[in-house]
Amino acid sequence: MGKTIIEKIWENHIVHSEADKPDLIYIDQHLVHEVTSPQAFEGLRLNNRRVRRPDLTYATMDHNVPTKDREVIKDEISKKQMETLRKNCADFGVKLADMYHPDQGIVHVIGPQLGLTQPGKTIVCGDSHTSTHGAFGALAFGIGTSEVEHVLATQTLMQSEPKTMNVKVNGRLEPGVTAKDLILAIIAKFGVKFGTGHVIEYTGEAIRNLSMEGRMTVCNMSIEGGARAGLISPDDTTVEFLRGREYVPKGEAFDARAEEWLRLATDEDAVYDITLEIDAAEVEPQVSWGTNPSMVVPISAATPSVSNVENKDEVKRALEYMGLEENQPISSIEIDHVFIGSCTNSRLPDLQNAADIVKGHRVKDGVRAIVVPGSFSVKMQAEELGIDRVFKEAGFEWRESGCSMCLAMNDDIVPAGGRCASTSNRNFEGRQGSGARTHLVSPEMAAVAAIEGTFTDVRKFKAGVPS
Amino acid sequence: MEAISEHKGKVFPLDRSNVDTDQIIPKQFLKRVERTGFGQFVFHNWRFDDDGNRREGFEMDDSKFEDASILLAGENFGCGSSREHAPWALLDYGFKVIIAPSYADIFYNNAFKNGIILIKADETQIKEWMKKSEDGKYELHVDLKKQEIVDADGNVVTFDIPGYHKEKLLNGWDDIALTLLLDEKIKEYEDKQPEAVTPLANDGIFK
Repeated sequence: MGKTIIEKIWENHIVHSEADKPDLIYIDQHLVHEVTSPQAFEGLRLNNRRVRRPDLTYATMDHNVPTKDREVIKDEISKKQMETLRKNCADFGVKLADMYHPDQGIVHVIGPQLGLTQPGKTIVCGDSHTSTHGAFGALAFGIGTSEVEHVLATQTLMQSEPKTMNVKVNGRLEPGVTAKDLILAIIAKFGVKFGTGHVIEYTGEAIRNLSMEGRMTVCNMSIEGGARAGLISPDDTTVEFLRGREYVPKGEAFDARAEEWLRLATDEDAVYDITLEIDAAEVEPQVSWGTNPSMVVPISAATPSVSNVENKDEVKRALEYMGLEENQPISSIEIDHVFIGSCTNSRLPDLQNAADIVKGHRVKDGVRAIVVPGSFSVKMQAEELGIDRVFKEAGFEWRESGCSMCLAMNDDIVPAGGRCASTSNRNFEGRQGSGARTHLVSPEMAAVAAIEGTFTDVRKFKAGVPS
Repeated sequence: MEAISEHKGKVFPLDRSNVDTDQIIPKQFLKRVERTGFGQFVFHNWRFDDDGNRREGFEMDDSKFEDASILLAGENFGCGSSREHAPWALLDYGFKVIIAPSYADIFYNNAFKNGIILIKADETQIKEWMKKSEDGKYELHVDLKKQEIVDADGNVVTFDIPGYHKEKLLNGWDDIALTLLLDEKIKEYEDKQPEAVTPLANDGIFK
């Protein structure tokens, strides 16, 4: 019997295995950021331990960095956290792309951009959206700070072998429907814990047709379905994205490596523990209405009716927090904030696609809209293409790179009662600010929302159908 | 990590499912560089409004629950962000045991590493305990060795827990120390790997 890519990568990384215990697996790439690492480095110091493989460790600052003016960090505690990372990297010999470095950016944007993310690698980071790197056929997952310390000290992790799940996306996505809509529809259909204990492999025609950026968007939100990781078998799209990047082999060595990568793809006769299917043609542009990422409906629909759902208390509480009525059409919801950014949707094509919508229009009065590129490099490329001007002329703010309003640890906060069309990944209570209300959408849908001030089907907007 | 073999304490019922780690410890409190001091902020946005006043309807700070040390919750507890600040905050507040029908994977690992006894129990049983604990007087005695939960009336419920988690809790073992015992195996593994193109360790080009 053949093997899934998940099993192949796992087997390749077993350092030690014992019955009834988790396996000890080797970690090929450890990504580090300022929020979940200080206590781990401190643990090393207290125990006189070193970083075992600084050459397999790479740090950046993203969660806490200011996106308006890099020189102004009002919050002394934020400042201390960033200074702590700088000192830790210097003391332990870890390479750091700090706030002013040209390679700085959201950790899940720069890994692929630099070619640190490669098929077949095990990749970890103290951040749940590490699943993003799975788009390349890597086994990538988020870990806690104790595990960060464990990887720093030993370059290994104790983990039980995951179960395998195939999420097969049949058919093609309609024009105007994006990778973001697809993953939101998957979580809406199967729930916030369908993936618990599993690594998901996304397969099917619609997945094969996605760009690497689209695949990253899909894999990014695997954690929102409860999965330990999400990945996609590498193919020519993967190889071509990586060719020429800084940390991949060059010339013939690259071609040899690429052949190995392609052999990792799931074998035709491999068997998964679970297979789920979804039809791509049925997916419409999606909008979240509630306070977890499964509380999502198509743009043409309305909020649920409390009497029709099983989890009545949860739905009632979510509607109340969101300031919405039951059975309220999504198209009637008025927003006052728009955030285009985050590790889910801040790469060049995300910004490009949103800019194509925005061109020639104005942000609606009373709406505050910001665009936060995923990395310094994305920002520079966008500026070369004039994308920044399109946004600025329309009334968007154009910012420096970082996590920004996805989790609002810096100054980019939605005020209490504010309502945000956001391209990020979590609509939890208080995520974008205490009392803030988040609606998860694609970059295109966020762009339309900025112009119209309400949620509007991007396909109708493009076709010029009045809302 | 401190060893723990049993715990007896008052129960606080949190009858909510899919409690995410953003609720357990909101992001504005993640800026500390220490592991301690997070307890005061646990469930902050449910307990307090923006002016720091207590919110109606969330009973954790009622005097009857002040000394609670066992948390009952709904399914998929600890979903979302990987922040270990969540178990740090729960432990620092005083919760030594959590009982829920299911947990998110990352939280499950994180909590054990900090010595919290994390128990998966049947949802109907949890609902029954939640009802009994509403008056703020209900206590449970959790015996990790016997894998039993007993209340004051002598009702006994057994639970499953992975053997390696149990062993580590009972002994207070540190994962890193255990792994370093396998250092030779790690070296063997490393020796077999082809050389990767990797960033030079701290080459000093950052500002």
